[in-house]
Amino acid sequence: MNAAPMKKITGNRLLWPAVVLIALLLANLLWNHSFFDITARDGNLYGAPVDILRRAAPIVLVALGMTLVIATRGIDLSVGAVAAISGSWASMYIISEGGASVGVVLTAVAVALLMALLAGAWNGFLVAVLGIQPIVATLVLMVAGRGLAQVITNEKILYPDNSPAYKLIGGGYLLAVPFSILLAGSIFALTAVLTRKTALGTLIESVGVNPEASRLAGVRARPIIFLAYVFSGLCAGLAGLMLTSNSTSADPNSIGLFIELDAILAVVIGGTSLAGGRFSLAGTLIGAFIIETMDAFVVIAISARSTDVFKACVVIVVCLLQSSRVRAWLLNVLRWGRRPNRPRHEPRPPAAPDPRDSAAVPDAAGASGALPVKVTPSS
Amino acid sequence: MSTSLAPSGAAPRSRQRVGQRFEQYTQIGVTLLLLIIMLVVGRVLYPNFTSGQAIFDLLGKNVFLIPLAVGMTFVILSGGIDLSVGAVMALGSVIAASLLQAGWSAALVVPVVLLAASTLGLVVGIMISRFEIQPFIATLAAMFLARGLCLVITDRSIAIDDGFFQRMNLAHINLWEQETVNLRGRVRVSDVYTTPSVVIAMAVLVVAFVVLHYSRFGRTVYAVGGNEPSALLMGLRVDRTKISVYVISGLCAGIAGLLFAFYTASGDPVVGIGYELNAIAAVVIGGTLLSGGSGYVLGSMLGVLVLATIYAYKEFDGDLNTGWTRVMIGVLVLFFIVLQRLVTTRRRR
Repeated sequence: MNAAPMKKITGNRLLWPAVVLIALLLANLLWNHSFFDITARDGNLYGAPVDILRRAAPIVLVALGMTLVIATRGIDLSVGAVAAISGSWASMYIISEGGASVGVVLTAVAVALLMALLAGAWNGFLVAVLGIQPIVATLVLMVAGRGLAQVITNEKILYPDNSPAYKLIGGGYLLAVPFSILLAGSIFALTAVLTRKTALGTLIESVGVNPEASRLAGVRARPIIFLAYVFSGLCAGLAGLMLTSNSTSADPNSIGLFIELDAILAVVIGGTSLAGGRFSLAGTLIGAFIIETMDAFVVIAISARSTDVFKACVVIVVCLLQSSRVRAWLLNVLRWGRRPNRPRHEPRPPAAPDPRDSAAVPDAAGASGALPVKVTPSS
Repeated sequence: MSTSLAPSGAAPRSRQRVGQRFEQYTQIGVTLLLLIIMLVVGRVLYPNFTSGQAIFDLLGKNVFLIPLAVGMTFVILSGGIDLSVGAVMALGSVIAASLLQAGWSAALVVPVVLLAASTLGLVVGIMISRFEIQPFIATLAAMFLARGLCLVITDRSIAIDDGFFQRMNLAHINLWEQETVNLRGRVRVSDVYTTPSVVIAMAVLVVAFVVLHYSRFGRTVYAVGGNEPSALLMGLRVDRTKISVYVISGLCAGIAGLLFAFYTASGDPVVGIGYELNAIAAVVIGGTLLSGGSGYVLGSMLGVLVLATIYAYKEFDGDLNTGWTRVMIGVLVLFFIVLQRLVTTRRRR
């Protein structure tokens, strides 16, 4: 793969999500002319954009971890369950300790995050050490995790509403900005610096593009994959705290329900391929904003009940646009429109589908990659 | 090559193949053993746990899980996954309930539900095979779509008062008489019965068994799941098979939706959240490889029975936290995944 077409693709990948986001924002503005109005009440900011950012915060967090996991060719289905575990545990602890003190909340948050970390480490162990395929390995915790959350809360819905310190995480304000936005933003910045200013990001991508080649190049894949799952668990745990703190209720059945799907959707919309490899954190961020803006639009323009149908259509369209066959077909149609006399089977010199086809090659090589795996140990 | 795959099943069995067979049967054997142990434990803990009626209740109360697991078996055998089944099931029940409410006759509603569910499966199948979208993400979209359509149709449960559905709800098929001893030590004679829904679910299972093991299509499903490029090179119709598999899964989810409508005499838009996980769990516990190409639909049935037994524990012991049933299912799934992992690594050597 040479650099020029790859750069072109990344350009494309960020361009289209950004266009969609701007279009959605404009659509919102058309429907609701005061959409962009931000008012300051009691020194805090309110308004639709602030709401969208705040609601997107937990999705951004989960999607951040998910991006790294997907970049290693994995997937983490358990994030919703992990969010449920950490959210329920923190709520339960705060209620049982009587709430209000900052120390109690800090302990609750610390222990809840530790649990999320362990959950992530468990996933990482199954995937990186035992070598179980990610979708299956994380399925275990997806099934069992919500059960654990139910066991923690003893099948009750908890209301940790007497603790202003806990409320801060998801619903509070710091320096006039919702705290959750600051939290998600700083973790996003930290991840971006860690992956883009150090070799970590490149290592993750190399593991995702071709595990075998990166192994031969001396990259130790296991710790990297393991860490990706740990990070994803941690992010999910924090998101769980945010969700329970914002709604001041913790129902183990509904905390973070389907958040894994929103997160995966955000990652895919952001242009990171589910086949692993190159990832785009900025794309994921835009993806999460698209989801929330779209929800906001559907709620005001159509009805709250049709958000799921709308979301499904967007997933389908985005996936179709990412499919190389559809792209090739669309390009063909465009070319036909411009030059109707052109013979169909003429070689097309600078045509766009080629880099995409070559991008698909490592995947195919990986799928049939059993051969090199077999050969190398004996040599 | 393709002739040796022809329906007669007379493919020469090398020693390695026999070994594979043996390993597959071991997995089913482990599942069967597990089920028996769980039933015995239940019997020891709670009297009447394995009385005739209780065994039929295991089936009766989880009857919609059977078609879901059967459909999921097809999909997983072909190397895919279907996350939409729970939502499609809910959609089936909601369509049935709303059409009946609008005054349609049951004879029309049943085929419409099955057709709608299969059509959704068809769309998913085309997305996966023609447009090369990952099964996971395509069925995810279908899940959102089905759940969303449910909510667009209705946001609350609709009761069904149609005669046919009511009859299916209440009908009992008496099998034999059994004597049970109640708490006061008195012997009571009652009929052991099952429901028409169980009969339907069993019919689905039998049809699936025959199709998978005695038809060209069934063999192609195994071939595609085992090694898709090889299947393609052998001239098998990979695309068509993959599409059919999702149509079957959709159809099965539609049947499950009808069975659910029979069982509760209602259509509910939020029912079946997480049922796709139960179906996948049943298939995995039943010994089907999640990477495709190996497994038995009867194993999935055993998997459903294992899940049903776990739920029965919860029912017999009111103090048991529902959370534990999920944890137990998760642990079982883990156990079988690790078992599969051991079996496949041994085979590869």
